[in-house]
Amino acid sequence: MSNSTDLTRAEELSEQLLSGDRRALSRAISLVEADTPAGRLISGLIYPHTGKAQIIGITGSAGTGKSTLVGSIAREERKRDRSIGIIAVDPSSPFSHGAILGDRIRMQDLTSDSGVFLRSMASRGNLGGLSETATAVSDLLDAANFDVVLIETVGAGQDEVEVANAAGTTVLVANPGAGDDVQSMKAGLMEVAQIMVVNKADLAGADTAVAQLRSLLAIANFGAWTPPILKTVASSGDGVSELVDRMDEHQRFITVSDHANQERIDHAQRQILALARAVMHRQTLAEATESLLLDMLTKQVAVRAKDPRSAAIELVDSLRSSWSGAQSSK
Amino acid sequence: MTNERPIRVLIAKPGLDGHDRGAKVVARALRDAGMEVIYTGIRQTPKMIAEAALQEDVQVVGLSILSGAHLELFPRVVEELSSRGVDDVLLFCGGIIPAEDIPRVKEIGFDGVFGPGTDTSDVISFVREHAPARA
Ligand code: B12
Ligand SMILES: Nc1nc2c(ncn2[C@@H]2O[C@H](COP(=O)(O)OP(=O)(O)OP(=O)(O)O)[C@@H](O)[C@H]2O)c(=O)[nH]1
Ligand SMILES: [Mg+2]
Repeated sequence: MSNSTDLTRAEELSEQLLSGDRRALSRAISLVEADTPAGRLISGLIYPHTGKAQIIGITGSAGTGKSTLVGSIAREERKRDRSIGIIAVDPSSPFSHGAILGDRIRMQDLTSDSGVFLRSMASRGNLGGLSETATAVSDLLDAANFDVVLIETVGAGQDEVEVANAAGTTVLVANPGAGDDVQSMKAGLMEVAQIMVVNKADLAGADTAVAQLRSLLAIANFGAWTPPILKTVASSGDGVSELVDRMDEHQRFITVSDHANQERIDHAQRQILALARAVMHRQTLAEATESLLLDMLTKQVAVRAKDPRSAAIELVDSLRSSWSGAQSSK
Repeated sequence: MTNERPIRVLIAKPGLDGHDRGAKVVARALRDAGMEVIYTGIRQTPKMIAEAALQEDVQVVGLSILSGAHLELFPRVVEELSSRGVDDVLLFCGGIIPAEDIPRVKEIGFDGVFGPGTDTSDVISFVREHAPARA
């Protein structure tokens, strides 16, 4: 698939970004994000240089203050003399596929700090691929020697939730008075978070929100790490220093504590499964839309001769047997 | 599967100019035309704009200015961009730019100048036509 021009380009960009060239890093992110042959080569070339950064996911419903919090965390990390790479993911429009990426607005003062690199990313509606891309881009920032990588995503769908798998530590951001929010978080978001934050703690109801979260956590079954619940005011920076302390504590938990080995294994498995899901989703749908069987099934379902669920199962079964056929013929 | 890379555009407001309606109208129009638009908000220094263009790897930079400071700010933005090696981007602008300044603005490197009453579909065709290709 890739040719020698791609390889030369990939080698050149990889070398440059490893030596701290920000322009090369930026170009490499685009190539990796668009899943080009050169991008795939770069991912492979830089992978041996990854594994040093602390990777933090910041997720939560729209408008909870994630970008503002990312800005405050970044300022705190800079105070602690750490460099920081930020990936801010926003949804693409399902209609035009365009996007307005506005997360920089909340991080203006960080823009001209050479210890900070902020990249906005549109979800591009790529079938289950968001976690794939976020992991790959976070690897680039890691390889480019940033001490901390923060990934902001709106925790809206499964795809966004799975971005958490790119991170070693996931912070879930909620707001006071968002009772429904806390309820709906039970479905998927709670399980992926290692730190819970009630942001906008300057508003009424913060303590109630903390209590609600605590009672939800009480019935959940955690391993050796019980997620702490913190209050922050991202806009003023209150509580952010403690949040960063807790992030560091979790980082130690997953890297040097007695539990670190188990954590590494669990994380590796979560990552593989999330990526496998993404790859499978992409490949299956690509093949399915080209399959003649799909046309046939569509016609049957359209006239109600067959129910859509049976049709879906039939389609997947047929794809699966075509895969195993392909394998045994190799 | 290789994802088609949408055109990435930075829309920025340099200087102390708070008029942001035009910038937002243009940003939305470009989004609706399928582009990825990074909007920085108001009060950007030339340095901030150039850094954002670099980090976001945009191929188009659009400045919106209604304060009258364009002849002072535009050359500095161009300078900051080229000092970072970001010299392969399409530059264009809009807002209040008096007719007599337009030749100078084009000389500085802004290929398109769009004033009040601009139909956003003209802006969209301009970008589609002139945006440099990117792999
Ligand atoms: C609304 C307005 C305001 C609002 C702004 C609200 C807001 N959040 O935007 C308020 C009341 C706050 C305001 C304040 C001021 N204003 Co005023 N304001 C206007 C007014 C009447 C309309 C601007 C507008 O919103 N137009 C609607 C938008 C959609 O049009 P647009 O901005 O022109 O954008 C279009 C095109 O220019 C182009 N475009 C714009 N940007 C871009 C970018 C790109 C990349 C592209 C391709 C195209 C493009 O496409 C858009 C769509 O067609 C203009 C007069 C005028 N007719 O333009 C004065 C005007 C801009 N204001 C003016 C002044 C002086 C001020 C004040 C200094 C007044 C004062 N003394 O307090 C303050 C300064 C505020 C500040 N902090 O900067 C002067 C500027 C004079 C100059 N440049 O020499 C003007 C021209 C009025 C005048 N004739 O004197 N203002
Ligand atoms: N009162 C209060 N407002 C806050 C706080 N943090 C953020 N906000 C405001 O909440 C709004 C949304 O903030 P963002 O940081 O953009 O939220 P977000 O979660 O990144 O939003 P999306 O990316 O659109 O999902 C802004 O108006 C912020 O100023 C806080 O601690 N207290
Ligand atoms: Mg945000």
